[in-house]
Amino acid sequence: MNLQVDENGRIRHFLSIDGLSRDILTNILDTAESFAGVTAQSIKKVPLLRGKTIVNLFFEPSTRTRTTFELAAKRLSADVLNINLNASATSKGETLLDTLRNLEAMHSDMFVVRHADSGAAHFIATHTQPHISIINAGDGRHAHPTQAMLDMFTIRRHKKEFKNLTVAIVGDVLHSRVARSQIIALNLLGAAAIRVVAPRTLVPAGIDALGVKVHHHLESGIRDADVVIMLRLQNERMQGALLPSEHEYFKLYGLTENRLAVAKPDAIVMHPGPINRGVEMDSQVADGSRSVILQQVSYGIAVRMAIMSMTMRSQQDVEVAKDAN
Amino acid sequence: MSMNEVDDLIQSVSQELKDLLEMRNISNPLLIGIHTGGVWVAEKIHQQLNIEQELGTLDISFYRDDFTRIGMHPQVRPSNLPFSIDDQHIILVDDVLHTGRTIRAAMNELFDYGRPASISLVTLVERSGRELPIAASIVGKQLDLNENQHVKLTGPEPLELVIQEISE
Repeated sequence: MNLQVDENGRIRHFLSIDGLSRDILTNILDTAESFAGVTAQSIKKVPLLRGKTIVNLFFEPSTRTRTTFELAAKRLSADVLNINLNASATSKGETLLDTLRNLEAMHSDMFVVRHADSGAAHFIATHTQPHISIINAGDGRHAHPTQAMLDMFTIRRHKKEFKNLTVAIVGDVLHSRVARSQIIALNLLGAAAIRVVAPRTLVPAGIDALGVKVHHHLESGIRDADVVIMLRLQNERMQGALLPSEHEYFKLYGLTENRLAVAKPDAIVMHPGPINRGVEMDSQVADGSRSVILQQVSYGIAVRMAIMSMTMRSQQDVEVAKDAN
Repeated sequence: MSMNEVDDLIQSVSQELKDLLEMRNISNPLLIGIHTGGVWVAEKIHQQLNIEQELGTLDISFYRDDFTRIGMHPQVRPSNLPFSIDDQHIILVDDVLHTGRTIRAAMNELFDYGRPASISLVTLVERSGRELPIAASIVGKQLDLNENQHVKLTGPEPLELVIQEISE
């Protein structure tokens, strides 16, 4: 049984793109499209989740993801709790399950979870009461499905459809949970070609099984691409000498205007942030006309609003069933 | 009900609306249709009255009071109000006025965009079953239906009013 989807085929948790259908992904993108309009209102709020309590449970530091989740929840009129567990109960020796029991006792309706261990969100989803929705905001090297969805939303906004697109994902694929989620989503949505461009040391073994073509040379990897997604060099996750130096990385894999010339003229450049300027890409590219990096941030709010309201919707059934008993 | 009849209804509400606007000295109203049926009706009124301002559309899904019971419609369309509604006279258009909850939601959404000078309601059909103190300014046709009957505008071409019996 798929933990993420209820018996009516609606998402109740959002843990990974894996296991979801193309219809669900398209539905999320369509719903996000209407939430994007909420920012046009002078009161940027809709009353959908009024009276709901959403807990941002971050076991790993994050600014952009946490704040966009927080803003998304607030625009849906939910009450939001931000809990940073690096600095909280865990350091006093409380177990994770005890922390969860306490949050359940506060009548929470949704946990947005970020954790350094792969599978953490899944673990929490199997150990909390069924009426609580879990959204994975990044777990270890496994998945970052809301980031992948906001990337898909950005691509669709600019390119309309996926079927003729060549997408190049460039950089530290080895440590990137974003890349894995992106590849699965792009395959589901029917992108024509997906390329992974990275030095050998930063490509995970067996990635070709996901249906991507691996390039070790930047120019060949982004040639004629419609979308170039740059990944952050995750220095904090690197153990051992995977790279000679940042300087050398930039020399070989850094995106510059010159190198970008081999991509399609209307190619867009994306990055999940935060950018290491002068390492993954030149400032000229990051701030250039083809960069949609800041739009990704804005779209992230609408996409997260869509996912939160859709999971909360199927959660209502659990409550109705509970009342009937 | 045939499409001619719907066209006649739209013609008559357009005429009534024109008179109402003249009476109230409103020269530049903003016409806003509620998805989906209301938009179809509003498009025709907009054309017939030669209204200068672009037509606005409203999808009230995010403002429904029964979200917790029936959830979100899978096909929510973005609301599109290509103008500032502050201090403007708004003509809200819907196909059927029934419980009044849709109009309540639409007014809540409008006030999240700004503070209109006034809101009037035009509805093609008004049926029994109001649950809120909401009344239309202009009504095309009144239908006395029991609670097992359902009236729906189908379209966009041709527009037809369909009355269905809902079996329990």
